[in-house]
Amino acid sequence: MRLELWGVRGSLPTAGPTTTRYGGNTSCVAVRTDEGNLVVLDAGSGIAALGRSLGHEPRVDILLTHLHLDHIQGLGFFAPLFDAACDVHIWGPASPTVGLRQRLTRYLSPPLFPVALRDLPCRLTLHESTLGSFELPGLSCRAALVCHPGPTVGYRLSSPSGSIAYLPDHEPALGMRSFPGEKSWTSGFELAHDVDVLLHDAQYDEGEYARRVGWGHSTVGAAIAFAHLAGAKELIAFHHDPSHDDDALDASTRGTTGRWACG
Amino acid sequence: MTQREVELILVRQLASYLTIPIFVVDTKGTLIYFNEPAEVLISRRFEETEELALDEWTAMLHPTGLDGDPLPHHERPIVQALEQQRPSHARLLVTQQATGERLPIEVTAFPIVGQAGRDLGAVALFWTGQS
Repeated sequence: MRLELWGVRGSLPTAGPTTTRYGGNTSCVAVRTDEGNLVVLDAGSGIAALGRSLGHEPRVDILLTHLHLDHIQGLGFFAPLFDAACDVHIWGPASPTVGLRQRLTRYLSPPLFPVALRDLPCRLTLHESTLGSFELPGLSCRAALVCHPGPTVGYRLSSPSGSIAYLPDHEPALGMRSFPGEKSWTSGFELAHDVDVLLHDAQYDEGEYARRVGWGHSTVGAAIAFAHLAGAKELIAFHHDPSHDDDALDASTRGTTGRWACG
Repeated sequence: MTQREVELILVRQLASYLTIPIFVVDTKGTLIYFNEPAEVLISRRFEETEELALDEWTAMLHPTGLDGDPLPHHERPIVQALEQQRPSHARLLVTQQATGERLPIEVTAFPIVGQAGRDLGAVALFWTGQS
């Protein structure tokens, strides 16, 4: 299993000379299985460049964690959607009252987007994320709800060569008097337990978080504490705040120990 | 280590900030969390208490009607919330464990129905001093 990070930014694409090292595109991770199948985690603006890098893919599975704009805004620019010979499967959470197709159509339709979902040339199948386990070609997957405003899931992908957990928007410290607390009462714990690579929300520094409690995101420190609690072997800090330039991200890693890095 | 559903985690976090006694139970009625005001009611600290089965914790409270007659199992608000999946409210007398005193109390219970309609348990709120 091979990971490629095509977008590590949270909230808003942030192009410019101060974000060239870590990149300014919003959430998108490509996972290539041992058998060569392509799974894409989220469809932020990074998915456009991913699509341009691909040749013909017989099948692509796109796993959406939730439908906030920074996780779907690149979807309409993903080349395989316009390949009539490609099977595209999109997995994502429904809301309590609205299905995935209707929720996606709110974005992929005029006036916000010129091409309607039903008019995409690919062979498109939508799946409302099943809470629990499901299988993709070459991967075992698990989806579970995590602490973030609105219906939001995290994913764990496992293959014989390793495992990853993807929780790009996650505030497990919300409301806890001290963090980390008990494992059984920590959002996302089972997804990340003993995982090889954990990609986790690390949007804020401590000062920013104090002003944004409940917005659904974590500090760098909380991400590290969560990774330790879960026993993750490696942490990739993810979903960086758009106001954090490359130098700020470098500074956020100084003084930390263990196997972790900014995505 | 089994992780609780995120809806239950959020209910616990909210309850931990409120000043009325609150019990959170799973689908079988097992008491999986109670907040600090509820600790006063049952004279136990949450951190020092194993999960309590429905029969255990209701026996501790010994709920009766205001006339002192025993409250049938199926008339307990938490049981109605779990079994009938609807909110339930009742005026009761319960025993405060530390003093043995019988307290008039109002109980509101409601089911926790999570995403995708998952049945996750129920919450009981204890309104003291209002009966």
